[in-house]
This record gives sequence, C-alpha cells and structure tokens, in this order.
Amino acid sequence: MSPADFVSPLQTQETDALIIGAGPVGLFAVFELGLLGLKSRLIDTLDRPGGQCAELYPEKPIYDIPGLPKVSGQELTDNLMAQAAPFEPEFRFNQRVDGLTKRADGRFQIVTDAGEVHVAPVVFIAAGAGSFTPRKPKVDGIAPYEGKSLFYAVRRRADFEGRDLVIVGGGDSALDWALDLLPSVKSLTLVHRRDKFRAAPHSVDAMEKAVAEGRMKFVMGELDRLDGADGALTAVNIRNKAETTTIAADRLLTFFGLNIELGPIADWSLDLEDGKQIRVDTEKFQTSTPGVFAIGDINAYPGKLKLILSGFHEGALAAQEAFRIARPDEKLRFQYTTSSSELQKRLKVA
Amino acid sequence: MMADFHVTTRSGEKHRLEGVDGWRLMEILRDYKMGVEGICGGQLDCASCHIYVEPDWVARLPEPRDEEEAKLDELPSWEENSRLSCQIIWGEELDGLTMTVAPD
Repeated sequence: MSPADFVSPLQTQETDALIIGAGPVGLFAVFELGLLGLKSRLIDTLDRPGGQCAELYPEKPIYDIPGLPKVSGQELTDNLMAQAAPFEPEFRFNQRVDGLTKRADGRFQIVTDAGEVHVAPVVFIAAGAGSFTPRKPKVDGIAPYEGKSLFYAVRRRADFEGRDLVIVGGGDSALDWALDLLPSVKSLTLVHRRDKFRAAPHSVDAMEKAVAEGRMKFVMGELDRLDGADGALTAVNIRNKAETTTIAADRLLTFFGLNIELGPIADWSLDLEDGKQIRVDTEKFQTSTPGVFAIGDINAYPGKLKLILSGFHEGALAAQEAFRIARPDEKLRFQYTTSSSELQKRLKVA
Repeated sequence: MMADFHVTTRSGEKHRLEGVDGWRLMEILRDYKMGVEGICGGQLDCASCHIYVEPDWVARLPEPRDEEEAKLDELPSWEENSRLSCQIIWGEELDGLTMTVAPD
C-alpha cells in the first residue's frame, strides 16, 4: 500500500462506480451500469438530482428526448430517478469532488470538499458544464472575509444574529433572506443596482413596507469596497452614479446567482479540449486515463453534440468498458430487458 | 449586404466578423469560438453569453426585456452597457456593432 492509499476504513467508502454529477446523463448511467450488475454512487454539488434540468429549467419543456414528445426538466429528472431506483444508487449531495487519484491497487480514489473519501474501480465524469458555484462580488480583496464576514448563502442563522448586515441582490433569495433575518439582526441594509426587483410581488411589498417604516434601509448601487481587517468586516462601501455610501457593517451576504465552472476537474491530468471539455474516444467514452470516463456535455470528440440523448448513448457504451474493468473475471453478456430474466431480476420486475 | 461586427475577447484579441441573419448573437459568437458558451441555449438561465456593447450602441439595440434585466441583475460584472447576447437577433441593421465579451 502506498501512503496515498492509507485512509481509515471508516472514512473510505467503496462502490463499483463513482459518478460525478447527478444530472440526466449521470442518472441514466446508473441504469446502464445497474443492468450490468454494477452499483453506483453519485456526487453532486447541488442539493438534489437533475443537474441543469432541475436547477436551470425545471419547468421548461424539452422536446428532443426520444420517446418523450414533451417533458419538463423536472419530469425528466423524476423519470430518470424512477428508472434508476431498482439499482439503489447512493447520492452525496452538496459535495464537490476536489481530488481524483489512482491508487496502488489500480482503483480510483476521490475526495470531496466535505472530506469524504470514495473508492471504486471506475469513475464516470458526468459533470455537464461543471459545478454550480455562487457568483462572487467583483471586489478586490474579498478572500479573507469569505466564510467569516462575507457569505453567499445562509447556512446558520446564528452567523447573522445581532449583526449589522448588508444584503446585496434584487431577486427572491436576497429579499426572502432580508425579510427572514430582519427580526434577528441589529440593522439591515439592502443593496441593489436599481429600484426594480424581480422577486415575488408579496416579498417586494413586504420589503418596501419595512423600508418605509425605517426597519430596513435600502441603498441603490453596487459594491465598491470592503473595509476591515483579518476577515473582520467593519464597513461596506456602495457606489452609484451620484455618490459612494459607507455603511457600517460586520456581515455581508451577496446573492448573485450561480455560475457554472469546470472547477477542480481541470487539475486531474486529463486531456482537455479548449481547457473546458474532456477528450474521450467514441468507442468507450474513456478519457486519457483508462478507467475514467466522461459522458454528456463535459466531453469532447469529433462530431459531439451537446444533447441529453447523446449523453445517454455515451453512458451505455462507457458502462460496457466499465464492466470489463470492474469485473475482470466475468464475461460481458449482451442482453435485452425484454427477454432476459437476469436483467428483469435486477430491474426488480421478475 | 454584408453586416459585420467587432468583438474583443476576454484575452483582449480583436476580431471583425460577419453576422448571420436571424441567428442569436450568442450563437454567432459561439460558432466563431469567441469564448461565449451559451450553456442554457438562450433561455436566460445561465448568463454565460454576457457582453458589453460599445456605449453608443446601447440605445441603438432593442431594449432588454424584463427577463433579461432580471438575469443581468444577478451579475456582479454588470455594467450600464451589459447585455446577454442570446437576446440579440442578428440583422443587417446591426452592421458595425462593437462589443467586448464580459469576464466569466
């Protein structure tokens, strides 16, 4: 065993296939791997399955899924979850995969930002355009404040109790949290670049009432500079056309929505195209590291189309090679779900 | 009539390119590999096609709809001349449009 392999058995969790990304393509890979008798564990930065389908367009109809003339992003996700269910996939949500390494025993080890270690003989990267991460303010020197005075989400209300809080944003997240935290903070200033809000009308009404009654302040403008030291915020400067306003504050919450970025995948020594896509072959959809596959929008090959249906096909073919790697002593048997009692047993229908 | 536009990429390269009638500007920029991704395909979900148009072009373009304004609201890199290029349909009246691809 190499030192890299030495992790406590309590932390290490083994499975047949690790799937990075629980979007439609990752979910269908569970099915294809499952038919071959391989068990999957999926890791996703979001808090639920579906990837872009669930996060970006849950309500919008999709018209180009074979056999489904019209299906919404959420319906497609629900259907894929139902289809994968017989294979009992395991999910790890709200976690980002930070590291991928090959162990001395030939298997792969991934480490998440929550400190979990997962080990499997094959890894499927089905990460779409990358991971969803909060957009950060375009202000110099914010790093020391992050997680101390500056937050992009509310994880613990206690972080804001009795504080002078500034919230930046004009959407539902900003307004909902402003109204929610208002009773427990010392002061609250809402900052938005214009005086129009795209949040739910009742939230906008409630916010405007709070401002009119002097319980909340509103400043129109953009973040300009943070004042403080060692991550302890003392003031936030807001700039607009007319002036710069300094607001005494020791907590800052910004809601700029989510960005999609490739993230740590770029550091895994895989052949990339344009620094954004993972190169694969079109027989096995395997990356430059044998045993690591890339399927769906994240991969690149001649003729690639970024369509969900392409990702389904890619997952099916990758699963065949994954079986050969994960079960080197077994023979791969090609069967149909319509006629194979073995497959029907795995599908829990026979 | 040929209608061209001028674009500065994130790395600062300048290009003069020919538009494609009826296409979204995002699609044209993506096709020319100008660093515009257009992840959501133009449904105002991702803002990966954010551009800055030359100030004198701001008023010459059709005004952004509420949905575009709402998505622009989210962007920390927003400026007065911000637009989402998926909402601009190319036509010869845009000949000479000058823009810069916004940071990621």
